[in-house]
Amino acid sequence: MSKFMSWVDERFPATKVWEEHLAKYYAPKNFNFWYYFGSLAIVVLVIQILTGIFLTIHYKPDSELAFASVEYIMRDVPWGWLIRYMHTTGASAFFIIVYLHMFRALLYGSHRNPRELIWLIGCVIYVALMAESFMGYLLPWGNMSYWGAQVIISLFTAIPLIGEGLAEWIRGDFVVSDATLNRFFAFHVILIPLILVALVFLHIVALHKVGSNNPDGIEIKKNKDTNGIPVDGIPFHPYYSVKDLVGVVFFLILFALVIFFMPEFFGVFLEKDNFAPANPLQTPEDIVPLWYFTPYYSILRANTVNFFWIDAKLWGVIFMGLAIALFFVLPWLDRSPVKSIRYRGWQYKFWLTLFVISFVVLGYLGFKNPDHVDLFLFKNVVWAQVFTITYFLFFFLMPFYSRSEKTKPEPERVSFK
Amino acid sequence: MIDDRVDKGRRRFLTAVTSGVGVVGGAFAATPFVLSMTPSERAKAAGAPVEIDISKLQPGQMLKEIWRGNPVWVISRTPQMLESLKTVEGELQDPASEKSVQPDYAKNEYRSKKPEILVLVGICTHLGCSPVQKFAVGPDSGISDDWPGGFFCPCHGSKFDLAGRVYSNVPAPTNMVVPPYKFVNDTLLLIGVEEEAA
Repeated sequence: MSKFMSWVDERFPATKVWEEHLAKYYAPKNFNFWYYFGSLAIVVLVIQILTGIFLTIHYKPDSELAFASVEYIMRDVPWGWLIRYMHTTGASAFFIIVYLHMFRALLYGSHRNPRELIWLIGCVIYVALMAESFMGYLLPWGNMSYWGAQVIISLFTAIPLIGEGLAEWIRGDFVVSDATLNRFFAFHVILIPLILVALVFLHIVALHKVGSNNPDGIEIKKNKDTNGIPVDGIPFHPYYSVKDLVGVVFFLILFALVIFFMPEFFGVFLEKDNFAPANPLQTPEDIVPLWYFTPYYSILRANTVNFFWIDAKLWGVIFMGLAIALFFVLPWLDRSPVKSIRYRGWQYKFWLTLFVISFVVLGYLGFKNPDHVDLFLFKNVVWAQVFTITYFLFFFLMPFYSRSEKTKPEPERVSFK
Repeated sequence: MIDDRVDKGRRRFLTAVTSGVGVVGGAFAATPFVLSMTPSERAKAAGAPVEIDISKLQPGQMLKEIWRGNPVWVISRTPQMLESLKTVEGELQDPASEKSVQPDYAKNEYRSKKPEILVLVGICTHLGCSPVQKFAVGPDSGISDDWPGGFFCPCHGSKFDLAGRVYSNVPAPTNMVVPPYKFVNDTLLLIGVEEEAA
C-alpha cells in the first residue's frame, strides 16, 4: 500500500492534501454544539445534488408537462415520492442549517479578523442558495410557483430605467412562461450548483488557511508547542470527523422523521396552493414565499410610504436588498476588542437577542395578511415596521455599541463550558 | 550578445493593450449569449389581439380572459358602482390617472369608453400579482366597514377602486393598466387594438 501511495504522491499530492486538511489540520479542542452545522451543510448539499440528479431523470422542464411530470414522480416512479420529498425537505433543511451556521458566527465572532474572507464567501453562498431555491421552486409549475416567480422577478422592475428590460431578460418573455421555466431549470440544475460547489471549496480553503475560530474567540495559533502544533488544537480527523458523524446521524433521524411523517411540514415546506397547477388568471388568496424568505418579504411589505422622491415600491426593494447586503459588511461594523459573546458586554447580547427576535417575528409576519392583527394591538404591517427598524438598528448601531461596551478579559487558553 | 535590458514601460504598455483588446473581444463573445436570453421572436409574435364576447355579462359581473399571457378583466359596472367612484376620490393616489397607463380614450373619470364597461389588465402595478375582486360592500367585504367595492391584492395588500385606481398608503404606485381595446359591436370586444382613426 505504501509503495502504491508513494507512486501516487509523486504524481498527485494525495497524502499532502489528506494531512493538511484532515489528519494534520488542527482545530481548537473546545468546539461545541454550534460547530456541527458546517459539516451538516455539506451533507445536505450532497443530498440535494444526488436527489436532484435522480429527479431530473423523470422531470420535464416544459410548462405543458412540468406539473404532470412532478405528479408522475410522486405516483408512478418507483420510490419517486421518497426522492422528491428528500429534495424538498433538504431545501428547507439547508436553510435551517445555514441560518444556525451564520448565527454561530455572530455568537463567537467567527466572521471577524482574520476570517473576513471566509464570511464574505459564505455570504455569497447564502445568496447563491437563495437563487437556487427560488429557481427550483418554479419547476413544479404549481400556482404558488408561478405567482412567486412573478412577484420576485417583478422586484427588478422597481429599478429605474433598466428595470423593465432586466425583468424581460430574466423571464425571456413578457410574462412568466415556458421560456422562464426552461431557463430556470438550466440554472437550477447546472449553473448555480456548479457555483455553489466552487464557493464551498473556496470557503473551506479560506478556513484552512487561517484556521477555525472557537467558542472563546481566541487564536489557538498563538500558543504552539515545539513541533509548531497549537497546544489547544486536535487533528480534525479522527476527532472531529467522528464528532461530526454523530451530528450527521442525529440530523438524519430528524430528516427522516420529516420525510416520512410530515413532508409538507404543516404547509411550510410544501405549500397547499402549489398542489394546483399554475393559473395565470388567479393569484393564490394567501400567497406567501417559502419560510426562509419570509423575513425579507416582511421587510419588503413594511415599506408603504413614499418619501423623498422615491416611491414605496422602490423603497421596499432597496430595504430588502440592504437587509441581505448588510451581512457582507458585518466584519467591519463590529469594533469590539473581543470576539466571543462569552467576553462581550451586555450591549452586544442585547442587540443580538433583539436581532434574532426581529428576524423570527418578521419571518412569522411574512406568512400573515398585513392588514390583520395577529400579535396584539396593532396590525401586522405596523409590527413589521417596528421589527424592520430593530433589524436594521442591529447593524447600523453596531460600530457604536460594540466599541463602547465593557468587555471581560479573554483567557490565554481555550476553555470548556 | 544577449540584451538583458528590459524595457519595462514597453512591456507594461503591450500587456495593457493586449488585455484591453482581450476584454473587448470577450465582450463581443458574450453578446450572443446575453442576447439569447431576451424574448424570442415567437414570444414577441404571441401578442395577437383577443376577442371577448360580453353578451352574457350582467351588471355587477366580471369576465377574465388571457391577453399576452396576462389576465384581462371586463367588468360591467352598475350605477351604484359608478357612483362609488366619486366618493372615494379623496382616498386615491392618482384619481385623475395622471401618472398611470391607459389609452387617451380611457383617461376619464370612469377610465373607460363606455362608462359601465371597464376593461383592465388584471395585474397589480406593485409586483405583478392579480388582485382579487371585492365587490361586496361594507363589512361583508372583509376589508373594512366602509369599503365601497373594488379590488384587493393578496400579495402586498394594495387596494384599488372600481375603476382600477389605486388607494393611498398601499405599496402599488400607479393605477391598474387599461389595455387598448375597441368595440367590434355592442357585445364583442377586441383587446389589444387601437380604434382606427375615424
